[in-house]
Amino acid sequence: MQIPTELLAKIDEAISHYPVSKRSASLPLLHLFQEQFGYISDESIAWIADKLGLEQINILELVTFYPMFRREPAGKVHIRVCRTLSCALAGADDLKTKLSEATGIHCSKHHEGFSHPPEVSPDGQFSIESVECLASCGSGPVMMINDDFYEAVAPETIQEILSKYK
Amino acid sequence: MPAPRIPHPREKRIVFANIDREGYTPDIACYLRNGGYEDLKKAVKMAPAEIVAEVKTSSLRGRGGAGFPCGVKWGFIRPGETKPIYLICNADESEPGTFKDRYIIHQDPHQLMEGMIISAFALNVHLAYLYIRGEFPQGAQILEQAIAEAKEKGFLGKNILGTGFDLEIYVHRGAGAYICGEETGLIESLEGKRAYPRIKPPYFPAVLGLYQCPTIVNNVETLCHVKHIVRMGGAEYAKIGKPNNTGTRIVGVSGDVVKPGYFEIEVGSMTLGELINDLCGGLKPGRTLKAIIPGGSSAKVFRAGEKFKIKSKAADGSMVETEIGVLDIPLDFDTMAACGSMAGSGGVIVMDDTRDMVEALNNLNHFYAHESCGQCTPCREGSLWMQKITDRLLAGGGVESDPGLLESVSNNIAGKTICAFGEACSWPTMSFVAKFPEEFAARAKKQVPPPTPPEFLSETLIGAGH
Repeated sequence: MQIPTELLAKIDEAISHYPVSKRSASLPLLHLFQEQFGYISDESIAWIADKLGLEQINILELVTFYPMFRREPAGKVHIRVCRTLSCALAGADDLKTKLSEATGIHCSKHHEGFSHPPEVSPDGQFSIESVECLASCGSGPVMMINDDFYEAVAPETIQEILSKYK
Repeated sequence: MPAPRIPHPREKRIVFANIDREGYTPDIACYLRNGGYEDLKKAVKMAPAEIVAEVKTSSLRGRGGAGFPCGVKWGFIRPGETKPIYLICNADESEPGTFKDRYIIHQDPHQLMEGMIISAFALNVHLAYLYIRGEFPQGAQILEQAIAEAKEKGFLGKNILGTGFDLEIYVHRGAGAYICGEETGLIESLEGKRAYPRIKPPYFPAVLGLYQCPTIVNNVETLCHVKHIVRMGGAEYAKIGKPNNTGTRIVGVSGDVVKPGYFEIEVGSMTLGELINDLCGGLKPGRTLKAIIPGGSSAKVFRAGEKFKIKSKAADGSMVETEIGVLDIPLDFDTMAACGSMAGSGGVIVMDDTRDMVEALNNLNHFYAHESCGQCTPCREGSLWMQKITDRLLAGGGVESDPGLLESVSNNIAGKTICAFGEACSWPTMSFVAKFPEEFAARAKKQVPPPTPPEFLSETLIGAGH
């Protein structure tokens, strides 16, 4: 597996934060890999396990446990919409429906809550995922687009917000 | 972005003093201009045990949800401990309805740094971690920046302020699991494992924590208070609020009020009704109150109109019993508990008469079913059952026995699990079903059990084997 030099430097820096146990660097390394490659592949799992002197299952069990890690690519622009009570009271359902329409993603009713794998638009540009409480309950409904945070999102502003990511 | 909030006159801002202040920026230059790190300079001149004593005197209670006395927790570290001691800041803010740590991290990160460095000094900690939830990527960057700035100025790293005291703090990002807020789950996660909470005893990681060493885990807000306790002195701090419920705390109100938001108030200085009507502008026009969840989604719900009998000390020292309504409950730890719920993490969710309580509970049940770590059977299975039953009620398939079934399932989770998630996931169901029985009964009218799905009919099951 080809690891860019810049990423290698970040990996070594991350491992240095855990002088007592390299295993603690598992989560930071998974974050770095997902940022770089968009998802966690089998090769990535093998590489991380090898680097940290662990079995592959030690890494795989983290990927399947922590909801932020993906085993398959999301859209280039990944949207996370909070679905928990305060945001639901503030109109999160409607927000998700409008986002689905605006991005051409079919959010199946069956997976109303969680979407693993994430639902991706036909052009691969956008994906939407319902997530649990993002801790900004006083300004719902809230969402994240990649690492950017949006609060009190009015449905009529969706097109304008999304146009920044096209 | 909503406009910055101007503090309400009834607020008492200590930890949130700089939140939404015009011109206040998260960099160290701004913090230093505003008297930053002066409390650290004071602290390093004190003996570590003196700081611990001040925190004990302050009666500070943890702001993460359980309300455990911080000084007592710190006191579990044995004097003369030979193993390394670790400090972890719990910034895994994820209890639905709670939004306070986010603002400290994003707008005033150095206040948290200073609180952490003082606490580390008091506890003889040389390696500390800041566990921040994965969904705060910008917050993590801001904190890393703050650490670098503090190091550059000599407040962190080797030989802090020339005292010979060394401390490193690292930011550790979670990855979307609510259970990491449970302190032993957090420690497992920091060790690079699944965040399965540890079996108790030992009850406190102060005995056996990170890497099997004594560890103190404190919430962001709690660590910030430590800084102010050092400034004021524990006795002076304890004058704020009420005995055993000292200081200020940040409450966040969301849901059906005119002006939702966060407020830092003196503990016990106002009632739930004053919070909702005066600070939040009351309910939306024409609506009436139906329910309040007072301390994060795990707290038991209050129904509008409920009455509680509260015992208090009269002027002559005798105990008197008074009857109070939901809106008369003072915002403190003890009265909230006496009324059968909890002040928890300070997240107040208000619901008006347009809300369907079955739907509200179903939303929370989805949350808990998703977030159960899966370690203990009652919680893993039960949380999903409760979700499925409320799903069924909403879909029109409710049978008469469903409210009773919900009650039975929830009663079989609480107290039967390794961690408090068992209580957290069952209390909403217990309280919603008990307090709004008519809404559940109205959706649970069918007299026959639901038909078996075709894939589970015996013919299909036997047929599939061939």
